[in-house]
Amino acid sequence: MRVGFWRSAGLIALRDLRVEIRSGEALTVVFPFAVVASWVAPLATNASPLLLRDLAAPVYWLITLLFGMMVVLRQTAVETRAQRRALALTGLDPAARFAGRSGASGLVLAAVAGTLVIPVIIFYDYRPPSGAWLMALVILLAAAGLAMLGTLAGDVTIGLRARTSLAPLLMAPLAVPLLMGAAQSLESLVAGKSIITWVLVLVIADLGLAAAGVMSARALEEISL
Amino acid sequence: MPIHSKRVSRPPDFQPVSSDLPLVDLVDVSVSLGGAPVLSKCRLTLDPGESLGVAGPNGAGKSTLLGVVATFITPTGGSGTVLGALLAGPRTPAVRSQIGWSGHLPALYPDLTLGENLALAARLTGHPVSRGRKVLTQVGLGAAAGIRAERCSNGMLRRADLARLLIGSPRLVLLDEPDAGLDQDAAAIIDHLITRTTRRDGAVLCVSHDAARLSGWVDRVVEMREGRIV
Repeated sequence: MRVGFWRSAGLIALRDLRVEIRSGEALTVVFPFAVVASWVAPLATNASPLLLRDLAAPVYWLITLLFGMMVVLRQTAVETRAQRRALALTGLDPAARFAGRSGASGLVLAAVAGTLVIPVIIFYDYRPPSGAWLMALVILLAAAGLAMLGTLAGDVTIGLRARTSLAPLLMAPLAVPLLMGAAQSLESLVAGKSIITWVLVLVIADLGLAAAGVMSARALEEISL
Repeated sequence: MPIHSKRVSRPPDFQPVSSDLPLVDLVDVSVSLGGAPVLSKCRLTLDPGESLGVAGPNGAGKSTLLGVVATFITPTGGSGTVLGALLAGPRTPAVRSQIGWSGHLPALYPDLTLGENLALAARLTGHPVSRGRKVLTQVGLGAAAGIRAERCSNGMLRRADLARLLIGSPRLVLLDEPDAGLDQDAAAIIDHLITRTTRRDGAVLCVSHDAARLSGWVDRVVEMREGRIV
């Protein structure tokens, strides 16, 4: 019996979320370290409140990128060849697998990024812009893009000895449009300007990554078996 | 050349396959990994209703042969078909759902319970979750359904991995050292899996270093040495 694309993707996403909740790595390891990292700049520079407020958005996105990569790349790293082979033999569409993995990573990443706003408000005396739902939209779009990019980078480097260093190196430069779009959106929100241009940058980057992921899914699966 | 043959009893309603096409047909298939030959000009045919064992020492190329038949490994030489699809051809992914495979290491997720692992396998293949529970009970693990895979013994994991193959009805079943870590009682699961598959006009390819053990399960056993079927 053939299982539909979205149902398959949902099953894979549920599996990944369940594994993530059980291992608790995002909550007990990645998030605390991200909080500590966000504290480093105010602690080390003893900067003025005004300077800290200016630093808040770039530091926030930098930490989200670095710790987000850990979350996303860990998910592809823990899957064994035997598990990938067994999945392929279920007749699962590799594109659905990509969608499911990215969806689960995106949700975990959005949760980590959303919660990271709290220490940034505390340590940087950051005043979040009034449009909270717009800020949430920006975080969601950025998290979705980073998740798809991480899933792709993880799949491209499967089986390589240098994978742990190569995957982040591959991911970081390609994340520039996402980081630019996200950081500039928040800057524009704070300044009371329109964010439509930067949101469009995020949407286009997400669509490009989704297309790349879906189109390369079959070829990447063949390499990984 | 077979080193052992065994006649398998067929159910009275057994009908020979309508098609003459073999389920697996490898012609002079070779595989090199990192420049080193692992398989050399292997010829292998598996007809519907047939079970074949491949015995040989460690490093003989048995698992690689299984990987080729499972369509995981692309041959570097020769040609062949699996379930009618050319190896490394465009139709290969389409026939994968008819292949059941159990490798050296169980393909279970350590953070999920045995029940959740089997439920996932059942749902992804379009079966109800109850099917996962049923096969888990069938292999004697009904009471262990709520235990996380990471806390199970190797024998329990092997049983659960074999239960995965009982969810559907794969036409081609591939088993790599299936009895490793299993007790005598659990070996009956392998026997059941092989008999069930061959009775339905499927085929089974089973590899092991133990020819005597294989001969108890399959129709015939061939030997493999240094990448060649001898």
